[in-house]
Amino acid sequence: MDNGCFSSPRHDAFPAGLRVLVVDDDPTWLRILEKMLKKCLYEVTTCCLATEALKKLRERKDAYDIVISDVNMPDMDGFNLLEQVGLEMDLPVIMMSVDGETSRVMKGVQHGACDYLLKPIRMKELRNIWQHVFRKRMHEARDFESLEAFEGIHLMRTGPDQADEGNLFAVEEMTSMKKRKDADNKHDDKEFGDHSPTKKARVVWSVDLHQKFVKAVNQIGFDKVGPKKILDLMNVPWLTRENVASHLQKYRLYLSRLQKENDQKSSPSGIKHSDSPSKDSGCFSFLNIANKQQNDVANDTFSYSDGTLLLQMDATSHEGDLKDIVSEPTTEKRRASTSGIPEPKMQKGSQMSLNQPFTPVVSSEANHAVFDCTIPTQYSWSEFPKGALKEEQKTLVQIEDSFSQLPLHDTQNHIQVNQSQSMASINSNPHITEEVAASLETKPLYAGYKSDYVSPVSSKGSAVEAFPNQSKNLVVSDQPSEPIFTSNLGLKTQGFNLDYISDLDFYQRYLLLSGEAASEPLEEDLNFFLLHGECHNMNFGLQNIDMSEYYDPRLTGEVPSHFYDSADYSSVDQSLFIV
Amino acid sequence: MHSNSFHCSLSLSLYSSTMDRAHSRRHVASMKQSLFDQGYLDEQFIQLEELQDEANPNFVEEIVTLYYRDSSRLISNLENTLERKPLDFNKLDTIMHQFKGSSSSIGAKKVKAECTLFREYCSAGNAEGCRRSFQQMKKEYAALRKKLETYFHLARQAGPLETAFRPK
Repeated sequence: MDNGCFSSPRHDAFPAGLRVLVVDDDPTWLRILEKMLKKCLYEVTTCCLATEALKKLRERKDAYDIVISDVNMPDMDGFNLLEQVGLEMDLPVIMMSVDGETSRVMKGVQHGACDYLLKPIRMKELRNIWQHVFRKRMHEARDFESLEAFEGIHLMRTGPDQADEGNLFAVEEMTSMKKRKDADNKHDDKEFGDHSPTKKARVVWSVDLHQKFVKAVNQIGFDKVGPKKILDLMNVPWLTRENVASHLQKYRLYLSRLQKENDQKSSPSGIKHSDSPSKDSGCFSFLNIANKQQNDVANDTFSYSDGTLLLQMDATSHEGDLKDIVSEPTTEKRRASTSGIPEPKMQKGSQMSLNQPFTPVVSSEANHAVFDCTIPTQYSWSEFPKGALKEEQKTLVQIEDSFSQLPLHDTQNHIQVNQSQSMASINSNPHITEEVAASLETKPLYAGYKSDYVSPVSSKGSAVEAFPNQSKNLVVSDQPSEPIFTSNLGLKTQGFNLDYISDLDFYQRYLLLSGEAASEPLEEDLNFFLLHGECHNMNFGLQNIDMSEYYDPRLTGEVPSHFYDSADYSSVDQSLFIV
Repeated sequence: MHSNSFHCSLSLSLYSSTMDRAHSRRHVASMKQSLFDQGYLDEQFIQLEELQDEANPNFVEEIVTLYYRDSSRLISNLENTLERKPLDFNKLDTIMHQFKGSSSSIGAKKVKAECTLFREYCSAGNAEGCRRSFQQMKKEYAALRKKLETYFHLARQAGPLETAFRPK
């Protein structure tokens, strides 16, 4: 394509054809912006609700190049939307407001906005928005370069500003990359031909890496933490202080957001996710890892005890995720899970292998089973399981249904399979049977992702604390993909994280395949959304299955410790996950 | 001169309609100039006119109509909230913030100024000030609407050639 990164198939003249999603609850402004953007020859889609916007974004991850959103919206805080979009979809987001107060603008930048426009907005300001897209692509190209092993890995950043700091969170499975390539040539690897070698290689914050990070942070003590100290403790030779610094910044942001949310929401269903009732939103089954806290997990706020965190992230992300998850062709089959390996891919590997390590997990989550069922179908971990979250409610229901169908009691295989699928939703639901628990094992992996996804902070893998609280799903910060994986895949029975499912799927593939096979799926639909927790985390974790790390006892506040039987994960080929 | 009276009258009528049009356009222009001079409208209005094109020949009027329709619900919202006792200043501020944002979309300068004043009273917790400012804002809001209605009527008469031009 002429522009390289984002020439749309419809227009040749760059930046014409840039696909913009505008979100504003004011109909007058929405109409004006639409007209202005059209005058710039951009392709415009409008939304008057943030939740609607997220849904659209999740439905088709690659359908947009940039998002412009107002700060004040009735259903969701614009900054929240900003974060989520950045995490889940890694799209540049521009904020708008009639309020130009420095503190607000600062907040926007902190949350990752690549620009902050004041209303009334001028045409000329809109004409230039393409530069944000272009810049991002450039950064990605560079990052991509550094991840040769991961073809098509889409590195995610929370914001263009941080790009240089090497804060990349590997994400997106290959397939989605491929899809994008096909669809819009946006992420065409070949297009990243002009990487500039001057930038440092991007760091992919894999689940594994993030876990190390969180461990280090906890060890040092969150108050006394500093990039240098963390770096020393982490003992990762190729990691730089800057990498850690920027990651820490994100983590802090995530934690503080969690704190705020936790403070604000007293009820577990306080999930901000507006469209998913806390209860059945199964959405994200980010289980807050109660363990986390117990296990000396960083006190980060990963554990969304009230699941609010989850909600926010999950709700939105889940939707997307679910959708993505669904893309799995074999979803139906997976659902059944009765046949053992719903996923064709899974079949490749020794699904059984998964079982073993995960058995411990099962105990705690009854929901896992449920999760399994539905999840597999839902997520095609190849896609980032973003969109479907919203749907999660339904999915949850499905999951529950499937749960009953699930022959949990039967073969472990089933469970295992399920687990991987439903890993995401490791709910601490007490009614989870043992079998489910087993299947849950895999789930936690996903759950962790979700939670990770949810908040940068929750690298710890969202403690799976959701047990008592159905609505709670720990949404792990997206950043620490590592922890997510391990910790908290608390899946609420209902709101399991579809993302998780995708992760589970991923996980399954990888884990089951004992590492070898894993590399295959990687190629395909690896969803490396480390950051975004949901899928990415999962996938990431899967690949990087250093299970022992993930199934850290700390994660298992509620999850039985055996859940995280690290020893068994050794089969997972760590090399799968190339950080 | 009268030899070809028909011809003459035809060209005369053409001439006069042309003159009428020119006159209308001048009328529109001067009205617009006065709206700006008196501070009713600001630059944003020009931006809107610049967006008007063949695809949307009545764009500005559409936007203004949309604004008045949507903002009326914000006004009722404000009215209801102002009746509560005690006053919820935070809520009032939030609604007014929205209203201000909306008003900025059409360049309603005076209306926006009243919104700012209102919000200041809100942060000061001045109930009386809020009420007064709200009444004033409604006056400006209504006055602008009338003027714009006249303006659009004139503009339609002047013909589609009337596009954005900057007032002196």
